[in-house]
This record gives sequence, structure tokens and C-alpha cells, in this order.
Amino acid sequence: MSSAILNLSWEQRRKLTGLLFVTPTVAFVMVFFIVPLIMTVYMSFHDWPLFGERAFTGLENYQELSNDRQYRKSLDFTFRYTVLVTPPIFILGFILASLVRRNIPYIGIFRTIFFLPVVIGLGVSSLLWVWMLDDRIGVFNKILLDFNLVPKAQLFLGRPNTAMNVVILSVVWKTVGFTMILLLAGLQAIPDELYESAEVDGAGYFRKLVYITLPLMRRFIALALILSVIGSVLSFDQFYIMTRGGPRNSTISIVYWIFNNSFTYFKMGYGAAMSIVLLGILVALTGAQLYVLREKE
Amino acid sequence: MAAPSLQADPNAASQQHIRRMRRRALLALRYVILIALALLFLFPILWSFINSIKLPAEALAVPPTYLPSEISLQNYEELTTYGKIGIAQHVYNSAIVALITVAGSIVLSTLGGYGFARFDFPLKNVLFILVLSTLMIPFQSILIPLFVMIVQVDLHDTLFGLALVYITFQLPFGIFLMRNSFLAVPHEIEESALLDGCSSLSILYRLMLRLVLPGIVTVAIYAFINSWNEFLAALIFMSDQDNFTLPVFLTTIRYGIWGDVNWGALQAGVIVTIIPSLGIFLALQRYYMDGLMGGAVKN
Repeated sequence: MSSAILNLSWEQRRKLTGLLFVTPTVAFVMVFFIVPLIMTVYMSFHDWPLFGERAFTGLENYQELSNDRQYRKSLDFTFRYTVLVTPPIFILGFILASLVRRNIPYIGIFRTIFFLPVVIGLGVSSLLWVWMLDDRIGVFNKILLDFNLVPKAQLFLGRPNTAMNVVILSVVWKTVGFTMILLLAGLQAIPDELYESAEVDGAGYFRKLVYITLPLMRRFIALALILSVIGSVLSFDQFYIMTRGGPRNSTISIVYWIFNNSFTYFKMGYGAAMSIVLLGILVALTGAQLYVLREKE
Repeated sequence: MAAPSLQADPNAASQQHIRRMRRRALLALRYVILIALALLFLFPILWSFINSIKLPAEALAVPPTYLPSEISLQNYEELTTYGKIGIAQHVYNSAIVALITVAGSIVLSTLGGYGFARFDFPLKNVLFILVLSTLMIPFQSILIPLFVMIVQVDLHDTLFGLALVYITFQLPFGIFLMRNSFLAVPHEIEESALLDGCSSLSILYRLMLRLVLPGIVTVAIYAFINSWNEFLAALIFMSDQDNFTLPVFLTTIRYGIWGDVNWGALQAGVIVTIIPSLGIFLALQRYYMDGLMGGAVKN
């Protein structure tokens, strides 16, 4: 009913309004994500101390990477940690999800309890565990000694091997609930009829697991694994708080080494170069995640 | 295998009885395992709480005692004067940062989500993908330039500066979630209001907010819990001890910066720190789980 011109201007106003609505968000993302991303690349080509002169150094930071033994050690350590921590999180997460799958009375309480540690910060949970693991006042040594399971108090965090194991224990406690919930969603998406007809055919637990459960929830499994791997590759809090990188610098993760270089030695250009490598690893992992999730459509 | 004919057969009936007994035994076993696991999962939190209410001297006993000989709040009292300024300041710091993060995340995610869900404008898809693609960038990899920028504008060592960074970390998830919330609202609801000549902002404020409230609650919970718990960025951006958030402050106790490590006070601090996030989670669990599923599985 209105004239074409008026109609057009209403449309244009809608367009402008929409643009205005998203402007603050887009500005935030630009300033705090995109600009820093570009700056990371830029800084990685510079000698960039916190104070004082910055100098363009080309690829020098990247060349330094190949001579940095601790960097190699940290990459190696982070990789080893990821490989070791992922299976227990996944397997325990799967067991928990199977245990809480059916809606039997009070099951919600158990789901909640297993999930509770996820809402506690990793930093705070690490503070809790470092105290429980202490050789003098820690409860673990107290229990082990009371039951005569060890001859004397153990320095759990004092030896590289046990340090790795107890950190893994604490992280499993803290994060397994998240994996449980993802896998629970996967389990609940499988129709009961499939199991019923398999049972009629005489299939036992393992055949049902291999032929029905695992294939049908492979997207959830892949998602749980990838998210868990990403979390492990980015680990920092647990090592900074529980082991302080020790003993003998054996537990310095890659983020920890970036942190030390950038904010302790203030070699920010070098830290930026390492961040680029880290970013590459993570983009590959997230790419895998998106690929897995895409499959459905 | 029709049930009525089976029941007529006494042999089959006893078989059915056996099967029922077996199922009951299995269910009982399941509860036994569940309860045992639940106790293991609760143990660290309970142990921390038990020790926080021991007398300070007993909390430092070697070897430790299992149960407090006397219940005392002295560890909590010590916290109020701990370090340079006592824990109240650090609770305040964490609360202010969380508050700004929650408010900022809600406002920006709601505006952005509404814009992306209900309007057409040039570059809309490009901008939306740009926002979502930041989900792929872990904040750990851009902390160095963020620090340089925050220092440049003199916002380092301020609660506001840290909150700005936290808001940014929340945005991709928040926008995604709020856009979906708005998309789920039928168009007809706004159409009559639009014809009546209401402005878009007043439609959003008067009509839509109520309908997308669950999404807003979810965004708020995540913003709160994530900012309350975050450690690495807080450690980097805060250098003055007066500005430390709770997790960073507790770490200074653990590192014995104020003298010998006071484990009783540390556990009291741990309890003070985890109560708000646990409380909010327990009270609003449904919204939290909605966000987990919406954010992790469906995107």
C-alpha cells in the first residue's frame, strides 16, 4: 500500500538496525580476537621485550625453536601427557555413562555428583590435590601408611613418573564428568529396540558393544576424544600449581613454556612464535572436530 | 513368545521368576557401584571441607588426623586477615570481574544473537562465520598480544581489563546460543508489534527477552563459572596482589609467599572459592546442561 520508495527505506532501515545490533559483538571479536591473532604473527617476527626497543628479526625466533631443548622437551612432554591422560578419561567416562544411562530412581543425584568436579576450576582442584598428595600432611600417604601399603611416605610429585601419574589422577577426577555427559547423550540417542532385537538374536554384552553401541555413537566418541585432547594440549594450571614444572623441569607443558618465555623472561616475540606453532596444532584438531560433526548432515 | 501363553506354563513362570531375581540383583549391584564411586568423587571436596573446620594447628598435623578433634572456624577467620589484605578483597575482586563478565556477555550476546537471527544485512554470513571461527582459536595462543594491548591502554592490573578479556572468551559461545534461542521464537510474535510501529529495540526489550530467558540464563551461568574459575589470564594480567582473583590468591598461599604454607587456611579458601560455582551449578543445572549440549554437540 505504501509507495515503493517508502518500502525500500523501511528495508534499508531494517538492514541498518541489524547491522547496529551486531556491531558491538563484531567489534569485540575484531579487537580481542582478530587483531591479537594478526599481532601474534607480527610479533613472532620480532625481538619483543616488555620494555625497550623492539627489532625486526625475521625468522630468527622460529630458528631459535629448533635449538631450544626445553621447547622440544615441552612438546614431547605435552604429547606424552595427552596420550596418557586421554584413555583413562575416556574409559572411565564411558563406564560412568553406562552406569548412569538408565533412568533408575535417584540416578540424577549420581549424574550430578560425577559431574560436580567439572564446575570447580582446574586451578582450585589442583590446589586441593597438591595438598592431598603431600608427603607429610597429605591424606593419600596417611591412608597408604595406615593400611601398610607403602613402607614410608611417598613423594608423589617429587619423581617424574609418579608426578605424571598423580597429575593424571587429579585431572581425570576433575574432567571425567564432562566426557561422561557427552557419551551419555550418545548412549541415550541409541533406540532400545536395537538392543532388544540383538538380544533376541542371542547377542551378549560385548557383541552389542562392538556392533551397536560403539558404531552408533562414534560422533559422540570422536567429539569427547577431541575435546579431551584439546584440553590436554592446552594444559597449564595443573603443572604450574602441582609440580611447578618439576622435578628437574620434567613437567613443563607447552603453554607453560610459552608462559615462562613471555611473562617471566619477557621474550614475547619468541613466545609469539611458539604460540603460532600451538595454534597450528589446535586448528588442525578443531578442524578434525568440525569434520566429525559435519558428517551428520 | 506371547506373555499370556508363557504364564500358563509353570516351568516358564519359574524361569521368569529367576530372571526377575537376577535383574534385581544386578540393579542392587549397580547401586553399590554407583554409591562407591560417588563417595570417591565426593571425597576430595569433603576432605577439604573437613580440614577447613579443624583447628589451625590440627590442620597442619603430621601425619594428618581423619576427623577434627574439635570443630572450629578459625581457619576461615585467619583468611580474613591473610596475606596483604585478607580474603574479602579477593572475593570482591573475583565477584566484580564475574559480574562485569556476566553483564557484558549477556548484553553483547543478546544484541548480537538477535541481530544475526532476525535481520538481513550486508556481510551477515561473513560476520557470523567470523564470530564463530574464533571458537577455533584457544585464548592461550593469543594471550601475549592481548597482554601487550591491555598494557597499552593502561587496563592491565585492573578488574575491568580482565573482565573485558573474559567477555571476549564468552562471546562466540554466547552469540551462537542466543542466535539459536531467537531462531526458536516464531516470527508471528513480533510481526504484529512491528506493524504497530514498535521499534526493534523495544520489541527486543518488551517481547523477546522473556522468550529467550533460558538462553540468557545459560549464557550467564557459563560467564560466571568460567570467569570465577579462570586462572592463567588472571595470573598474567594482574601483577598487584591487591587485584588478585581468588584462584591466583590461593596459589600465593600454596607457594608460601606469606611465610609457611598454611594448609588449613588454604582449604578454607578452596571451600570459599568452590561454593559459589557449585551453588550456581546445582541451582541452575538444567540450563548448564542445555548449554553444554547446545555448545558442544550441536554446533
